[in-house]
Amino acid sequence: MKHYKIELMFRRIALLPILLLFLVSCGDHPTAESVAVFENDTAISELSIYNLPSVWTTQNNEEIELKELQGNVLVMVMIYTSCQAACPRLVADMRAIEAQIPKTKKDNVTLILVSIDPLTDTPQRLKDFAITNDMDSPSWLFLTGSEEDTREFAAVLAVSYKKISPMDFSHSNIISVFNQKGELVHQKEGLGVNNEETVEKIIELAH
Amino acid sequence: MNSFSKIITVLVFGAVVSTHSLAQSENMVLIKGGVYIPLYGVDSTAVTVDSFLMDVYPVSNNNYLTFLQKFPEWKRSKAKRLFADGNYLINWEGDGNMGSQLLPDAPITNVSWFAAKKYCECQGKRLPTVDEWEYAAMADENSPDARKTPSYNQMILDWYEAPRSFDKTIGSTFKNYWGVYDLHGLVWEWTQDFNSVLISGESRKDVDKDSNLFCGSAAVGASDLMNYAAFMRYAFRGSLKANYSVKNLGFRCVKDIQIE
Repeated sequence: MKHYKIELMFRRIALLPILLLFLVSCGDHPTAESVAVFENDTAISELSIYNLPSVWTTQNNEEIELKELQGNVLVMVMIYTSCQAACPRLVADMRAIEAQIPKTKKDNVTLILVSIDPLTDTPQRLKDFAITNDMDSPSWLFLTGSEEDTREFAAVLAVSYKKISPMDFSHSNIISVFNQKGELVHQKEGLGVNNEETVEKIIELAH
Repeated sequence: MNSFSKIITVLVFGAVVSTHSLAQSENMVLIKGGVYIPLYGVDSTAVTVDSFLMDVYPVSNNNYLTFLQKFPEWKRSKAKRLFADGNYLINWEGDGNMGSQLLPDAPITNVSWFAAKKYCECQGKRLPTVDEWEYAAMADENSPDARKTPSYNQMILDWYEAPRSFDKTIGSTFKNYWGVYDLHGLVWEWTQDFNSVLISGESRKDVDKDSNLFCGSAAVGASDLMNYAAFMRYAFRGSLKANYSVKNLGFRCVKDIQIE
């Protein structure tokens, strides 16, 4: 994961107390203390997706929490790799967006594809998909998580999806842009739609 | 002495554990699984619902108050906007008290999906899936599937037209075949996968069903249009976002049946 890999490890250690907090948050005695730890630790705003505690696995089989991505502009879409219809077009849309980001800003932008089919989309499968689709540079991140966390994440993105057969999902095609603080700043719905606005927003945010 | 105290510890621990699990299944009834054809099936494909336990009543204001006392991070002033919008508990008088206008036994409303989900998790339960909820809610007083009974549909539609039913107390409507109260007639209820409804790209925006928006959108269509009430429920779910807190929307929890 490029330059933030080391930082990542460091952050993961720092995050341990928070992780623990979430683990015990349904216990009998959520102490005021543990809540305080949470509040002190972060400058995460109320609307930030970095409030989500879910842990994901990347195409490189590394565990990651969303908040480890803090500081980057995120461009996100939810897909599944066995999709025949809309997803290849969504992927093409994402690549088209990526191609328009100036080289100098690329380091500050992460393009993320989150699988809605975690049972099928193993890290290896995501890796293969990344290579096949020429999305294997450090700018790209593929995530797969638990079914429950995926449902929750979709809820945050206002993405709807439903398994309609063992092979296929019906899902909304929405590309979302988050600022460095993890706040949703832009959404574009539909396929092959004009991405000018989306790209503009990314370039405006990235440094 | 040492072994004696060990035994005592084990006994006490055992007692605590068993009362705890007893408490969790309290006020829940068994919904025996089966097969049904949902409103939005795939070419009338039947859906299998496994047996599960369902809360007899929706969660009440009082229940929710207990939850807030245990988990103050979900109080109105503390809940993060990502998880609960500005209408969260807006009808409560204070941050941690419902005030005198609301009945303690009325269903909790103005709660977001995240809050409802958390509440259930903290009881060792979860929100029902759309299929589980619809399956349990097909029942009238006497039969597990009353969807073809005109009086059943009429009753539900009459409720949809009735004002301020959320002011009534839990248990004030009918008890269905499974022993569950208030699935119809009180408040609408959150489901775990409410965002699996794909009536249109954005029901909020009234966009048409559009292959530009969905993979496989052709597979989505009403299989039982007679069931207009269900149609309204699906449409409502499709219009929600997870942090919305709505006046007539509450929830109840379910639980998987533990395999011994």
